[in-house]
Amino acid sequence: MATETLTLGKALNIGLRKALENDPKVVIMGEDVGKLGGVFRITDGLQKDFGDQRVIDTPLAESGIIGTAVGLAIRGYRPICEIQFDGFVYPAYDQIVSQVAKMHYRSGGKLRIPLVIRIPFGGGIGAVEHHSESPEAYFAHTAGLKVVSCASPQDAYVMIQQAIASDDPIVFLEPKRRYWEKGPVDLDAPLSEAYPLHAARIARAGTDATLLAYGPMVRTCLDAATAAAEDGRNLEVIDLRTLSPLDLGVVYESVRRTGRAVVVHEAPSNVGLGAEIAARVTEECFYSLESPVLRVTGFDTPYPAARVEEEYLPDLDRVLDAVDRTFGW
Amino acid sequence: MAKGDPGAPARGRRAAPRSRKATTGDPELVQLLTPSGERIESVTGPDGTEYRVDFTDEEYRGLYRDLVLVRKLDAEATALQRQGELGLWASLLGQEAAQVGSGRALRAQDMAFPTYREHGVLYCRGIDPIMPLGLFRGVDQGGWDPNEFKFNMYTIVIGAQTLHATGYAMGVAMDGKTGTDDGEAVIAYFGDGATSQGDVNEAFVWASVFNAPLVFFCQNNQYAISEPLERQTRVPLYRRAAGFGFPGVRVDGNDVLATYAVARHALDNARQGQGPSLIEAYTYRMGAHTTSDDPTRYRIASEVEAWQAKDPIARMKVFLEREQLADADFFADVDEQARREALDLRERVLAMPNPAPVTMFDHVYPNGSPLLDEQRAQFTKYFDSFEGSAH
Repeated sequence: MATETLTLGKALNIGLRKALENDPKVVIMGEDVGKLGGVFRITDGLQKDFGDQRVIDTPLAESGIIGTAVGLAIRGYRPICEIQFDGFVYPAYDQIVSQVAKMHYRSGGKLRIPLVIRIPFGGGIGAVEHHSESPEAYFAHTAGLKVVSCASPQDAYVMIQQAIASDDPIVFLEPKRRYWEKGPVDLDAPLSEAYPLHAARIARAGTDATLLAYGPMVRTCLDAATAAAEDGRNLEVIDLRTLSPLDLGVVYESVRRTGRAVVVHEAPSNVGLGAEIAARVTEECFYSLESPVLRVTGFDTPYPAARVEEEYLPDLDRVLDAVDRTFGW
Repeated sequence: MAKGDPGAPARGRRAAPRSRKATTGDPELVQLLTPSGERIESVTGPDGTEYRVDFTDEEYRGLYRDLVLVRKLDAEATALQRQGELGLWASLLGQEAAQVGSGRALRAQDMAFPTYREHGVLYCRGIDPIMPLGLFRGVDQGGWDPNEFKFNMYTIVIGAQTLHATGYAMGVAMDGKTGTDDGEAVIAYFGDGATSQGDVNEAFVWASVFNAPLVFFCQNNQYAISEPLERQTRVPLYRRAAGFGFPGVRVDGNDVLATYAVARHALDNARQGQGPSLIEAYTYRMGAHTTSDDPTRYRIASEVEAWQAKDPIARMKVFLEREQLADADFFADVDEQARREALDLRERVLAMPNPAPVTMFDHVYPNGSPLLDEQRAQFTKYFDSFEGSAH
């Protein structure tokens, strides 16, 4: 197969298929993941090929999905739970935060709960309420969970398999508005040699300022960097990839070079990932900074009606406006 | 007293005097040993199932011994809390029969998912009774290996464990471990308050549609801290099962024989592939919700006295005496064993060391975390900067 051009959604689908093939204890469970293949078709064709005991259409109850997955994990299974939309994860919040996250700790390491909780997150698809949210801070704030997000088809393909192979419980955030974006995917590269799951990566090298993003905002920042280049500014873009734990070594190194950092995410700014990143970059790079670390985020409103979401979501212009401000300090 | 001892009955198995239909009044319940110690040979439950037990004399005595030991250890834990040695204790006083009956009904391969009050089931599973005291003393989070003893960790979030039990039971079925007499079954413990939780109702739905080999074992002890059963339900709890599509039965939870019979039947049905069922063990929380609670604020003494007359241990003792299954030496021996085990428990609790502070960083993740490594190192450096500090 070698390298193919795939959508991010298809890359996830093939990654899930590989995981099902490689380990008989891997099961997929969620609402409409079977015959329908999921509302975004990420599990398309998997139940047909692996059967309804491996790809399980569940009752419509999110706490039940996660809670029964915990029991399956204690039994020795490796469940992949699909939460249909970001805004529907909250009924499962107690099971995720109080059970999934804490079981290894409470058992003194005797129980492992190798769950992957897949959540399509973020906005930009013109959806009704509860379908466009960015809940990552809730999970990143919880000890015992790890949180990652993919931004490209290649990463989607690799990271989903790495997450499934990990014994840590992982919230896997999928940038739903990027499901249909295409990119090259090397389907044959061995997982053991892949870039690590919990590591940030420079998506575009630059010298003048550092943009920090994950998930859907990586594309936005790359576009902003392209536009800035036309104005003579060479921006570095870092795809954070892992939101908990954050991998900021590469970020510190970058900011020490550029002296300027802008964090970009769709989630509201108040007590968000950007705040944590800004605090830590400030602690580590204080004498290198030419300006404060700035944030470009969604606003501290509920996610707005779809017809105004373009104004709510960070876009190329808002990112470049923040970059300009770092230079005006 | 072993079989063949002087004074032991000639027969190993005893025929009880009569049989009857279960009463259909309120509460409708399966009972094989009345509060006055009268033995009922068999009872037909609401769905036509005939419940009976066929124990040897030794087994009857063994159940009595379990009940007494479990109560004594529980009382010792309450005393330890009162003396400041435990932060909290959730007493099982009054619920010994429900726990010993169901705990002894489990076969070795069966898996149990407890709340935080199942000290009696824990004892029946062969776990050192000191284990939960670590949790309540605050030196660990409960130390046993759930898979070794087939008894999961205590769960404090009300009802959450019923979903874990359901998923585990689904896994049993997926592993092909049902459908035979030696198949595996799972039991989920919860209380009357938990039946209002979404998780419990979701567990009912899931267990039903996936035909999970699971017994929902509800100890209806009449109170969720201060709130009486009437605040949770308008119908008898066992009848809720019908709406979810599986059998439900109410058993006298203060009757260890009936509880055993009902639980064994439900577990065997589950292991044979006949799916889930609900048991409502009708009992009473004789003590406080926990040592932090004051039940005199919400219930009257006469109610407690009425349940005192239904004590699970007293009726068993009357039965053993009346049927000459045990003599004074036996009862003295049980009491002495209870005294010794309680003393041993006390001594070991007092000797439990506080954990080293840095251990708080252990076991957060199977694969670790660089953030935690950094925090651990910073904490260690800070902690060690104090004179005389040591890990």
